[in-house]
Amino acid sequence: MAASVRLLVRGLAHRSVTFAAAGGSCRSGGCLAPSSSRCVSDTAEDRSTHFGFETVPEAEKAKRVYKVFENVAQKYDVMNDAMSLGVHRLWKDMLLHVMHPQPGARLLDVAGGTGDISFRFLDYVRYQQERQKRRAAGSVQTPSWQDISDKYPAEEDRPQESRAVVCDINKEMLKVGKQRADGMGITSGLSWVVGDAEELPFDDDQFDIYTVAFGIRNVTHVDQALQEALRVLKPGGRFMCLEFSKVTNPILASLYDAYSFQVIPVLGEVIAGDWKSYQYLVESIRKFPDQEEFKGMIEDAGFCCVQYFNFTGGVVALHSGFKL
Amino acid sequence: MGTGSFDRRASRSTRSVSNGTASSTHAHCAWLKMWHRLSNPFIWLNQRQSSLASKGLKALTSAHRLHASGAEPSCSYDGGLYPGHIQTTPFQKALLAVGSGVAALQDPYRHDMVAVLGETTGHLALINLRDRMQNDPEGYTILTERPRIRLSTLDLEKMASLPDGSFGREYLRFLEENKVTPDSRAEVKFVDDEELAYIMLRYREVHDLLHTLLGMPTNMLGEVAVKWFEAAQTGLPMCALGAVLGPLRLNASRLQTLVTSLGPWALQNGSRARCVLSIFYERRWEQSLEELRRELNIEPPPVIPSASKKTGA
Repeated sequence: MAASVRLLVRGLAHRSVTFAAAGGSCRSGGCLAPSSSRCVSDTAEDRSTHFGFETVPEAEKAKRVYKVFENVAQKYDVMNDAMSLGVHRLWKDMLLHVMHPQPGARLLDVAGGTGDISFRFLDYVRYQQERQKRRAAGSVQTPSWQDISDKYPAEEDRPQESRAVVCDINKEMLKVGKQRADGMGITSGLSWVVGDAEELPFDDDQFDIYTVAFGIRNVTHVDQALQEALRVLKPGGRFMCLEFSKVTNPILASLYDAYSFQVIPVLGEVIAGDWKSYQYLVESIRKFPDQEEFKGMIEDAGFCCVQYFNFTGGVVALHSGFKL
Repeated sequence: MGTGSFDRRASRSTRSVSNGTASSTHAHCAWLKMWHRLSNPFIWLNQRQSSLASKGLKALTSAHRLHASGAEPSCSYDGGLYPGHIQTTPFQKALLAVGSGVAALQDPYRHDMVAVLGETTGHLALINLRDRMQNDPEGYTILTERPRIRLSTLDLEKMASLPDGSFGREYLRFLEENKVTPDSRAEVKFVDDEELAYIMLRYREVHDLLHTLLGMPTNMLGEVAVKWFEAAQTGLPMCALGAVLGPLRLNASRLQTLVTSLGPWALQNGSRARCVLSIFYERRWEQSLEELRRELNIEPPPVIPSASKKTGA
């Protein structure tokens, strides 16, 4: 049955969207963790993982990633604009568009760092809220005084307060994010928490939406991060991950590779004074699993209805799954 | 320097201390101190070169190319030839040169960008400098011993006790008056030959000593004068660029001083002076500054710009 559904969907699909009806058995026993060699007998010191194209002990990877983002924090946003020629803004806007959050939603933005996703989230829900108010006001053309006085208490309640929590392991990135928030004059609805994606400092079933934008490839144990995501989401909550992925078109792929390895470290050196951090960043993109493999990992963690959207020919992929 | 120097180098490779040049025990101890203090990778590389030299003794001619390119285990430092080395393609070097040039022009306080510009554009000039150093006996000693000028290698008390007018005392005075330290030089990253990288590093470290030799303070006018001298001496494109663009930030009276007296003096002395990188400064602290200037063929400055710190410095 699942096979025929898949065939039907493939026939209907006009974008590279794939649909997986995982059905009842969402949780499979093991989990695909291609990035780290997991044997039962290994200790953390023996196990090694990749840091870009280098191989490092697992225990060291987190420290080195921390160092990278500590160094680049101040120039992070400038570098994003320079490296992607501003296109990263479109990718993040698309994420919000697909997310389509409603007023009252609670967002957890993991590896949120400088707060790009959270700021967009707050803008989006506030816009939605205003739209709803306008619609409500418009539908009642000539309210009687009785109606107006009835409405007043409802306005005071504000049950639709949306909240965004930015969680990042790196204090420098959060500092930059806070400065930006202060600069934009955001006073409410936003909190900043230091936390590890593999071990989130939140209770179960807390959030409506969990996002991680360009952060999950830096995590040492991606599967643990996915399991934590499942834990903190409410039932019905949505997991959304924006990440660099595999470009399928060979011409675009070779152009992208040339650009990544030739130009981006130079930009890092000139703008941020740090070649090696940006060398790591482009190498880590190559080591991350591709769209299908990552989709499998998300399904293994227990999410359902997992799908992905490719942006810019596969340079960036948005993966989405639900906790049911 | 005939075969005697090869013997000395060979014995150095077995860690016995034999100082070839006729110098005092002070220099001997300073060398020992330097050797013991840090496991300086350049000295380590130098040791490997020395052992190679003793092996290939018969094959060596007067062209002292000890560095056997390609024969050494080249990528021993994280993929580079020396600590901090980053391998780059010619395209990347070109991009870096353009980018760092623009960045340095926009923000002259980005010393790292000036450094990168120097490294990516200075290949021919560095080769020229290496040839000049190899043809000079003292320069050759520097290339083999690879001294570093750092606070940790300087005996500051000894230098402070030297008489006024001696090179060491004047250098110390320069450091104190201008509030600079010899440790603030950026490391070399984009030079693809470790001997040339050392020469680049030596050039950066000698810069402060040049200030002392020329009697120039670290304000804008003094820096530009030193840059003109360095451009005439080394031919590094980065120096030439600095020499051309530096004066743009001077006010009218200083510009006039530069053009009429300091500039021509710097250029003339730069071109006729002995190669300043070939001087083993670390062994000449006691030498009188005037005598050192005469030896290097440098005239004293015609006018000394006041040591006030301008914004441009």
